[in-house]
This record gives sequence, C-alpha cells and structure tokens, in this order.
Amino acid sequence: MTRAPVMREALVLGISLLSAMAAGSLLILALGESPAHVYGLLLRSTWGDSYGVGQVLFKSTPLIFTGLSVALAFRAGLFNIGAEGQLMLGGLAAALVGASLPAGAPAALALPLVVLAAALAGAVWGAIPGVLRACFGAHEVINTIMLNFLAAALVLGLGHEVFLPETTHTALVVEGARLPALGLAGSAANLSFILALVAAAAVWFYLARARRGFELRAVGLSPGAAENAGVRVRATWVAAMATAGALAGLVGCNFVLGYKHYFEEGMGRGAGFMGIAVALLGRGHPLGVVLAALLLGTLSHGGMAVNALVPKELVDVLQAVIILAVAASSAALDRGAGRAGQ
Amino acid sequence: MSTTDDAVLALSGVSRAFGAVLANDRVDLRVTRGHVHALVGENGAGKSTLMRVAYGELRADGGEIRLKGELIPRERHSPREAIRRGVGMVHQHFMLVPTLSVVENVVLGREPLRRGLLDLAGPAGALRELSRRFGLEVEPRARVEELSVGERQRVEILRVLWQGCDVLILDEPTAVLAPAEVRRLFGVLADMAASGLAVVLITHKLDEVCALAERVTVMRQGRVVDELDGRVVSAATIARAMVGREVLLRVERGPRGAPPGAATLLRVDGLRVTRGEGTDAVSDLSLVVKAGEIVGLAGVEGNGQRELVEALVGLRPQAAGSISLAGRELSRLGVGERLAAGLGHVPEDRLARGLVLDFSLEENLALGRQGEFCGWFGLDRRRLRVEAIRLLAEGDVRPAEPLACARALSGGNQQKVVMARELSRPAARVLLCAQPTRGVDIGAIEHIHRGILAARGRGVGVLLASADLPELLALSDRVLVMFKGRVAGQLAGAELDAPGAAERLGELMTGAGGAT
Ligand SMILES: Nc1ncnc2c1ncn2[C@@H]1O[C@H](COP(=O)(O)OP(=O)(O)O)[C@@H](O)[C@H]1O
Ligand SMILES: [Mg+2]
Repeated sequence: MTRAPVMREALVLGISLLSAMAAGSLLILALGESPAHVYGLLLRSTWGDSYGVGQVLFKSTPLIFTGLSVALAFRAGLFNIGAEGQLMLGGLAAALVGASLPAGAPAALALPLVVLAAALAGAVWGAIPGVLRACFGAHEVINTIMLNFLAAALVLGLGHEVFLPETTHTALVVEGARLPALGLAGSAANLSFILALVAAAAVWFYLARARRGFELRAVGLSPGAAENAGVRVRATWVAAMATAGALAGLVGCNFVLGYKHYFEEGMGRGAGFMGIAVALLGRGHPLGVVLAALLLGTLSHGGMAVNALVPKELVDVLQAVIILAVAASSAALDRGAGRAGQ
Repeated sequence: MSTTDDAVLALSGVSRAFGAVLANDRVDLRVTRGHVHALVGENGAGKSTLMRVAYGELRADGGEIRLKGELIPRERHSPREAIRRGVGMVHQHFMLVPTLSVVENVVLGREPLRRGLLDLAGPAGALRELSRRFGLEVEPRARVEELSVGERQRVEILRVLWQGCDVLILDEPTAVLAPAEVRRLFGVLADMAASGLAVVLITHKLDEVCALAERVTVMRQGRVVDELDGRVVSAATIARAMVGREVLLRVERGPRGAPPGAATLLRVDGLRVTRGEGTDAVSDLSLVVKAGEIVGLAGVEGNGQRELVEALVGLRPQAAGSISLAGRELSRLGVGERLAAGLGHVPEDRLARGLVLDFSLEENLALGRQGEFCGWFGLDRRRLRVEAIRLLAEGDVRPAEPLACARALSGGNQQKVVMARELSRPAARVLLCAQPTRGVDIGAIEHIHRGILAARGRGVGVLLASADLPELLALSDRVLVMFKGRVAGQLAGAELDAPGAAERLGELMTGAGGAT
C-alpha cells in the first residue's frame, strides 16, 4: 500500500458521483421535473437540518458495520455474503440478553454485556463458514449464503418461543441496556453511530498496524507467501470470518439497543447485502467505508423526501450508477496506470 | 534502402516510453531468415518491450517497423496484423487454458469448422505432423494441466507454428525450464532456423547462446549497445557488454570444505515425505549441514528435492524421521516456529511463496519477521522503514525504494529482496535456498552468489538446491545428488574440482552411479 492512491481514490469517487448525477438528471428531466429542484430537495432534507442529519446517521450506522465486515473479510481474501444472517442473530442475541437482565441493572454493566452478546452471536455465525473453509476447503460464498437462510429460519423458529404473543418482536430490553439518542431533533440517531466510528478506527488500526492485521493482509494477497512467512493461514481465515461476523452482529446495537429497544423480525434487512456495495465503494478502506455508508445513507433518507416529486426508485438508480461507475472507473484507472511489466 | 529487403523483421529508430521510463530508445534491429538471433540484456533492459512493439502488442512512440520489407504504419500495427504477416510470439508467461486439451489450446481464437461444427481431428493431425517435424513431442489430446512445464512450452511454440509463421519470437522461454529441457529446446530452435525460419530468442543462458546464435544483440537501459557474432565471442564478452562492466561468471571463494571443528547445525535422519497419492517423494533420507558449509543438492527435477526443502521448512508434512537444528527437534513445529528457531528459506517459487506481490518492498522485508517489528502500538513503521532502507541498499535492489510495489520489480530484483530478507533474520543459522537464480539476470546472479558465500563466511549453514550444475560446482563444499527420493551419492572437496565432476554428477542424477 503506497500513499499515491489517495488522489486516485478521490478521482474515482468524483467521476462516479458526477456520472450518477448526470444519469439521474436525465431521468428527472424525462419525468418532467427540474434536476436542480430535486437534488436541492434531496440535500435539504438530509444535511439541511439536524433532524435530517440524525436520520442520515441512523441509516448509515448499520452500513458502516456491514461495510467494515465485508471489507475486513475481503482483505483476508474471503467474500462475506453472510452479513445479513450475522446481523440478524446479533440483533436477536442483544435483545434476548437485554430483556433477561434484572430491571435495575446499571448501564455500566448492562451495556457492555448486550453489545458483547451482539458481537459474539455474529462472530459465531461468521466463524462457521470460516471453519468450513479452513477444514474442508468449502467455499465461503456458498456457505455464507446458506447460513443467511438458516439464520432467517432460526429467527422464525425461535420467534415462537421468544416473541411477545401476537407480535413479531421480543420484549423490551431493560433501561440500562439502551444506547442513548444523540439528541439530534428527535431523530433516531443514537450512540451506535459513535460505536460504528470506533469500530472503523479499530479496523483501520488492525489492518494498518497490528501484527495480526499485517498477517491477514498477507494471507489475502498471497496465501502461499504468508504460509512461507510462518503465518497460520487457516487460523487467519477463521479469525477473519469471526471478526467480520462480530462487526455485522453489532448492527443489532443501532436498532435494538438504540432505537426500538426490542428485536423485530426483519430488522436491518438488506443492510448485509448493502455492506458489499459499501465495501466496494469504500475501496475496502475503513475511512472509505464510513464515507460510502454516509453517502448511501444520505440517498436512502433523501429518497423519501423527493418521493413527492419523483418515484423513490430514482435513488436506487443513483446508487446503482455510483456503484457501477466506481467499479468501472477504478478498473480503467488501474489499467491506465500500467500494472503490467516484469 | 534495398538492404532491408532480406530482413524479415526490421526495426529502425524504435522508441517506447512508459511514463518517465524510456524502455526503448531509438533501437535498430534487423532479423534475417535462417538464423537464431539472440536478444540479451539485464532485466529491465527493454527486450520484452522491443519484441512486443514488433509484434504489435505495444505501440511505438516513434520509429519504423518493417515486416518482410513492408512498412507497417505504427497506428495500424497489431498482433493480428503480425500473425497475418507470419510473425509469431511466445510470451514470457504462459498463456494457456489449463483445463483444455493441447489441440483446443492451439486452435483457440481461430477454431476450424467443418459443417458448422468444431473440427479438432484435422488440427490434431497437423499438430502431430508439426511435432514430428520439429521434435516437439506432445500428445494433442492431453490436457494442458497434466503437462510438465517443458511440455507446456512446446504447446506454446506449436500454437505459433500452427498459425503459420516464418518469424518466431520467444521471450525468455528458458526461465522456467530445467537444464535438460533447455538443451532440448535449443536443439529444436536450431533445427527451425536451419529449415529457413527466423528465430528471435530472448534469454539469459549465455553459454548456450554462444553455441546457437549467429547474431547477438545486446541491450542495456533501452538501447542496443552491441551486436556480436555468437559463434566467435565468449559468454564473458557478452556478459560484459550487458552489464557494462566486468562480471564474474564464477564468484571467487575460499577452499572447499566446512571449517575444521564446525558444529553440525542441521541434522536430518530417516526423513520420509509422501506425495498426495501416497507414494514417497523422499524416502529414508539423512543428511547434515555444518556451520559455514554449503551443501549442494543436485538432481533431475522431480526426484524429491522440492519436497525435501518444503518438509524442512514445515510447508509439507513429514511421514517419518527427524529434523533437528543445533540439537533442537523441529519436526513438530510450524513454519513460524522453525523460522524463529533459525531457519531461513529462499523458496523455489518466488512469485507464489517468496513475495506478496502487492505488498510494498518494506512489507515484504518484514514477512516472517513481523513479530520483531511489533511493539505495544502495533507495527513500528519507522523502525521498519530504517531497516528496509538498509537492507535494500545492502541487497543492491533497484529501485531501493521501500514503498515500491514488489510486483513492479524485475525478477532479479525480486529475488534480491527475498535474499536480503532471509539473510537478515537475526537468528538465521541455516539457510535453505531453492533455485535461487532461476530466471534471474546475470548481474543479479553474481550478487546472489556473493550473498550466499557471505552467509557461509558468517558461519551460516546453507542447503542449496539447484538445477544449475555450474552454480552447484561453483558454490558448494559438498554436493549431494538426489535420485528417486534418496541421496544417490555425493561429491566433496577436491572431487568437485577434478575434471569430469559435472559428468560424474550427471551420472548420479540419472541413477547410473553407485550408491554411497
Ligand atoms: N507495462 C509497463 N508499464 C510500465 N513500465 C513498464 C512496462 N513494461 C515495461 N516497463 C518498464 O520498461 C523497462 C523495460 O522493461 P522490459 O522490456 O520488460 O525489460 P526486459 O524484458 O529486458 O527485462 C523496465 O524499466 C520496465 O520496468
Ligand atoms: Mg522481459
């Protein structure tokens, strides 16, 4: 990793945003509206007031966690398609542990416990495909997808036991296990966002500075060379998948601990798959992941505001164009830079 | 000019830059029929670039390209155009689809049809005919992934011949071949030239070049610096022209033999290593390496040398036997623990095992030493940087830039990075070197040999597995010959200096010699 790429990444993002805006403008014109007006509304409804900002942060938080999850696994050479299932079980675990605590449990004790429960449940679910890969060579893409279905079935099955009668959600977690709101004009943004930033910083440190992170990157780029350098490749795979699972599991914090205070079937649905796009947009770098999550969070919340003028599928189109443009322009720039030669 | 007419390939004033690097600087080259024309130079001299320009794969920035006397406009040139005019090229790296058969690979991109269906019988017959004519034996129906490296090379050449060519360009076809295969390939090339083809050969094998090529074009830093007649000049003359200074094809060394009273560092007893299918790759093998001793390991490829070295490092499980380093048993330890215990390893496959190609040089230098550079606050980048700058300078790596990407370096410089790292391990007491100079240019070879001898001087024990007999003879205190997984014999001390030492090793390698 050299320094020069920073400018390049900025260029990739700039090109992608511009092309997405251009494509969006055409669409808006075709619908008989003014692009300036629609984009203006989108911006005002998101970054224009503190409620909007809060909602953007709330929507970005799960994306930061899942983006980090996918990015970390990817740096180890693994494709984690399983964030979806990992975050479901993380949320459920946090809710169950949080609801089973005695009502007066102090936050200093309860909070670490529930956050840990979310991470641990995700880690276990993530470690399974890691172990299958390490021991049997079974490809993690297939297994993480299968485990997503299994997680959904597990949630429904357990639901019979743990959901409140006639509902699809659990009991409320105790007072002490709740994450306070950030106080942005009554928006849903809560301390989970700060937790997500801390997680991003931790992942950055791990990859850039920690010994295990160095080994993880070596394994991702060249398992053979890593093995030759004394790195335990299989153990690294398992650890990377478990850590990725833990990060995805933390999504539960945002919804369960910070917002609804219970787990609901369908919570965070889609955030796992969006994590793949976030990791791609963020170019696998923790800071990039945070920025990409904020961007997609903005589009997601802004889409509802512009819904009055244009169908909210417009933002899906914008999202898709940005992702395609990032993939295409980064590949083109790689080629331009002339990687060949011996 | 009428003189260009007899040249099938003529380049004049060809230039090509990559960013700030001038890879070709106004190069002239004329290739005529019926000869092998060698193109030599250190890694990075611009040989591949020049041939890719001629083949139309890269566009020249300036200059003229003539094929069979006809001027090809720069912007119109392409490999398709080259093939149409009978120019074929075999690239440095294989471009075959492993899961397809030989004949399928050969016809790929220009599949012949019969009644709308793919016709493989016709080409298969034609391939057999070509194989016979040029001695390029390979079974058309075999799957490429089942072939040896030498056979794959033949497939690449057959593909070009099948397309129909009278100018054949080969870019370092020998880099991956064992010596016997190199000789065989060169025999084939000589026959091709004799039958009227023009053969352009990029290679580092200077001795063979002298025997084979009538014309030797020497490139240095993007320019042609000399045109020599291979039949009359020596390898040393060519080497001097390449590097621009006197090169020692054989580094000087002290008397052979381990220093008197040297301690035994590496002891291997009754080692057995199995291949995947359960057959023995190494059976009941014992050897010792003493401090300050270089033990050569000779053998035809596939006789267990590779498996032996991998088992010693811990990359491959052992079925029986013991391995000890200075009295400490290693058999049950992982790779990391063995490195910490004092082993160093220069792997045979430097691209897959030696380096992480997308890591920077400094990160590559930290591989296997990551523990040393980690403190409470993680990787100490500043200390790593200082160490990297020192190692790159000592190792004569170019560019000596700690943040450069390993992928961007030439093969020789990549190998210097691996050597520098393995020699720098503070605890290193035994160095396992596998094919340390394969595919490496002559300047780098000299440097690598010096590094190995310097390690010996410091009391490091070296096990040197090499397919290059002159290399083994030049460096080793003792040479063990492996045959079918066992040590078939050894030559030591004065025996290595006696005339006929190479022949004696050759006999042992083919199982003809008696056992020790
Ligand atoms: N695709 C490329 N992009 C950038 N630089 C290149 C490329 N190909 C070659 N070079 C540079 O051009 C010079 C000549 O390279 P090359 O022709 O591959 O040398 P040779 O084949 O003699 O080893 C080297 O400095 C190399 O780094
Ligand atoms: Mg080359």
